[in-house]
Amino acid sequence: MPGAKERELRRRIGSVQSTKKITRAMELIAATRVVKAMQRANEAKPYATQVTGVIENLAAGGARVSHPLLREAEDVKRVGIIAITSDRGLAGSYNAAVIKAAERQLDAARTAGADYSLILIGKKAIDYFSFRNYKIDAQYTGMSDTPTYENAREVAQKVVDMFEAGELDRVELAYTEFITMGTQKVTVRRYLPLETAEKMADAGGGSSTALAQFEFEPSPGGVLESLLPRYMESRLYSALLEAAASEHANRQRAMKAATDNAEDLIIKLSREMNQARQASITTEIMEIVSGAEALGGDDAQATIKTILENTEGTSA
Amino acid sequence: MQVELVSPERITFSGEADKVVVRTVGGGDIEFLPRHVPFIGVLQVSAATVFSGSDMQVFAIHQGFVQMSGDKVTILSDVSEAKEDIDVARAEAAKSNAESAISADAEDAEAAGALKRAEVRLGVASGALPGFGGGH
Repeated sequence: MPGAKERELRRRIGSVQSTKKITRAMELIAATRVVKAMQRANEAKPYATQVTGVIENLAAGGARVSHPLLREAEDVKRVGIIAITSDRGLAGSYNAAVIKAAERQLDAARTAGADYSLILIGKKAIDYFSFRNYKIDAQYTGMSDTPTYENAREVAQKVVDMFEAGELDRVELAYTEFITMGTQKVTVRRYLPLETAEKMADAGGGSSTALAQFEFEPSPGGVLESLLPRYMESRLYSALLEAAASEHANRQRAMKAATDNAEDLIIKLSREMNQARQASITTEIMEIVSGAEALGGDDAQATIKTILENTEGTSA
Repeated sequence: MQVELVSPERITFSGEADKVVVRTVGGGDIEFLPRHVPFIGVLQVSAATVFSGSDMQVFAIHQGFVQMSGDKVTILSDVSEAKEDIDVARAEAAKSNAESAISADAEDAEAAGALKRAEVRLGVASGALPGFGGGH
């Protein structure tokens, strides 16, 4: 008959075991999703590279334009901060790290005497900032898990509109860069205003064939004008894709750690339970033996012998 | 020469071709043959046709850019759909929606754009008009 402590431990082992099953399943799911997210990020690369390539060619072709997205404000009155987080938790420090980076930007903007404007992607960032009574100018959920280009366009459009309307003078983008399966890094990049075409080209790594003299239709400026919004979307899209891959990689790691911990805990609890069981058996036998001895006589000796034989199996 | 159709999400088409016809915002079709002069142009909602030998493939292009450089034509577009990938029923529905929106408000630019896209899709899907919307 199990004692109270033993029963309690058995119950806890059961609950840790079912937790382990869940974390293990989540680990496996995250592992497959990481692969998919990486694949999507890779598939999106040619477009980004090509768009940058066209910008390089434009720069080489001598496109000099003044586009609103290139407007460099002398006095930054309002800084926009885009933070890409996930809708769901259980991903280790993934969300906390991005939120912290975004909040640092926000503090820096306020210290410099500028106002801030938050554009938040993912429920976690929204929860964090709305709980602390920050004002949020735009919020998006349901897109960080498997972002589509449509999502990126929606957000980019909003930010570009705000920037062109003069509501924002500078925009920073905080997200988690996916470097390898094992390494993801929170980065804050300047999103707006854009560098000049020459600088973009220098930083680009696009597929430039700059030596050739290009013909442009309708004109270098006209091409750049319709290209820049695409470039903004494409940049946000790749950030979203990298963030999604990072999210799944982080979740996989967090869930693996949780599964390992559950295993350790089960071993520890089983040991404790066995000890408790052993202790209660010993106590029981002691009680019986002393009871029998108190009665005295040969009968008692025989009773003890029978009891010991019967309990041999269980007390082993 | 090499032809690539690239959308933000993936490469839609990649292959060899003898001739590519697209339509730029200027309103005219432009034809690329091997050793065409380097060119960058903005495309309108239209069809792009890729000829290789006696084969011809038509794609619906929803704006974007064409870049000819070296011996390679790259078409960058938000949406580029091959004939087989077009959902005709959806395009029909989009077309009638857009038409009713326009009849309600003739100035509705969004609906006009949607109508144009639906028409190009349907034109490509029916295979009727390479370089849809006029001759080339």
